[in-house]
Amino acid sequence: MSPPVKIIGHYASPYSHRVEMALQLKGVPYELIQEDLSNKSELLLAKNPVHKKVPVLLHGDLAICESLVIVEYIDEAFDGPSILPADPYDRAMARFWTNFIDTKFSQPIWLAYWSEGEAQKAVVKETKENLALLEAQLNGKRFFGGDTPGYLDIAACMLGPWIGVLEEVTGVTLVNGNEFPALCQWAKEYSSSEALEPCHPDRDRLVAYFTENKEKYKMMAKTMLQQ
Amino acid sequence: MDHHLEQQAAESEKKAVKLLGMWASPYVLQVRWALAMKGVEYEYVEEDLRSKSAQLLAYNPVHKKVPVLVYHGRPIAESQVILEFIDDAWNHRGDPILPRDPYRRAMARFWARFKQDKLSPPIWRWFTTEGEEQEAAYEAAVEQLLVLEKELAVSGKPFFGGEKVGFVDLSLSPLAYVIPIYEEIVTGGGGGGVKMVTEEKMPSLAAWMGRFLSSPAVRGHLPPLEKLRPRCQAMREAFLVSARAKVEQQQQQ
Repeated sequence: MSPPVKIIGHYASPYSHRVEMALQLKGVPYELIQEDLSNKSELLLAKNPVHKKVPVLLHGDLAICESLVIVEYIDEAFDGPSILPADPYDRAMARFWTNFIDTKFSQPIWLAYWSEGEAQKAVVKETKENLALLEAQLNGKRFFGGDTPGYLDIAACMLGPWIGVLEEVTGVTLVNGNEFPALCQWAKEYSSSEALEPCHPDRDRLVAYFTENKEKYKMMAKTMLQQ
Repeated sequence: MDHHLEQQAAESEKKAVKLLGMWASPYVLQVRWALAMKGVEYEYVEEDLRSKSAQLLAYNPVHKKVPVLVYHGRPIAESQVILEFIDDAWNHRGDPILPRDPYRRAMARFWARFKQDKLSPPIWRWFTTEGEEQEAAYEAAVEQLLVLEKELAVSGKPFFGGEKVGFVDLSLSPLAYVIPIYEEIVTGGGGGGVKMVTEEKMPSLAAWMGRFLSSPAVRGHLPPLEKLRPRCQAMREAFLVSARAKVEQQQQQ
């Protein structure tokens, strides 16, 4: 019998969601342990002493940290449909773009939603340039991975459920249908995907979470842009 | 395979694999060592990063950086991505760069990211600042180095990759040769002064540094230390001058 699989995660974290998506696509049952990020558990601190962050995958006695590292582990450790492509060059492209999302894309878009005034203009411009690059990667396909979601779709999950929520809570519109029709269509494909349905986040819960943290995030963005 | 066929195969491989690089870049060096581990022949193109070539901009429009590996005309950028590609594409040849076991592969990827996210920033800050800011950066860097020290000590292996050089060793490679240069420059070249990796505090890491530099793949292509020293020195000076100018400006306002 296969050792049990658990995720230490958080419902509002797209990084945590990546791991759920990967397990869902692989057909691996799991238990989700919701972490209280304002009061981190002994379990989290023990299993991720280096970063003390979610998500952490627990597979029997093994603990794996960092969401994209976890996703590649899931692809390699379990049988089921492949998450990464088979061809080495295609794998390299998938890794390049997921790396792009984590190192170049994530921070500016976060700042673009939560900042204001003059400082916001530069990050909005940068975000739109980044969005255009991702828009181009879709290139007429349903998903970045082709007909079915793959590694880059998992990495880009914040462009699914989170964008609508952030745009509602902040009043900032970035991913509009005129400039980014393929990304908007992708978000729809994502929401209506049967394969991913069981782990879809609860939209109302996300709205409540981001509304509750609005002032905190706005303050954080202001501080970060001042440096 | 007879000698003639081997030669032909090597020549045609050289045409198929091109590396755009720059002599001072540790990321480029990692790729060269990985290609050496797999015995891959390639054409090397030195880029002038102050005046980037049309080729580089075409092959890496997103980041406009080196290294870029061009495989049968198709470009791959980002050193970690390239290292994994080399391991995938020449899977059947040479030593594995990443372990085969999924959990050990995950750990290798985790430690490579640790270096980028947690270790490089304080080391860079330590090298480019002075005074209190530098002291704080030093403490932060040492804290993270001790995490690595523990990891290596607990494994009891000569390399992070086990018995041989692997993905994590390649990712950590700047530690092996850049830190001693930084230490010399920061302490003004004097004998004493503050070292970051000492045999007392970090015996496993200290031993690893020498072992890494004399390993087969690395030995064949050592980093150009004499050229690097003045370059690093100039970088530190430029940062310090700029920081001092900012402080002066702020004091005048």
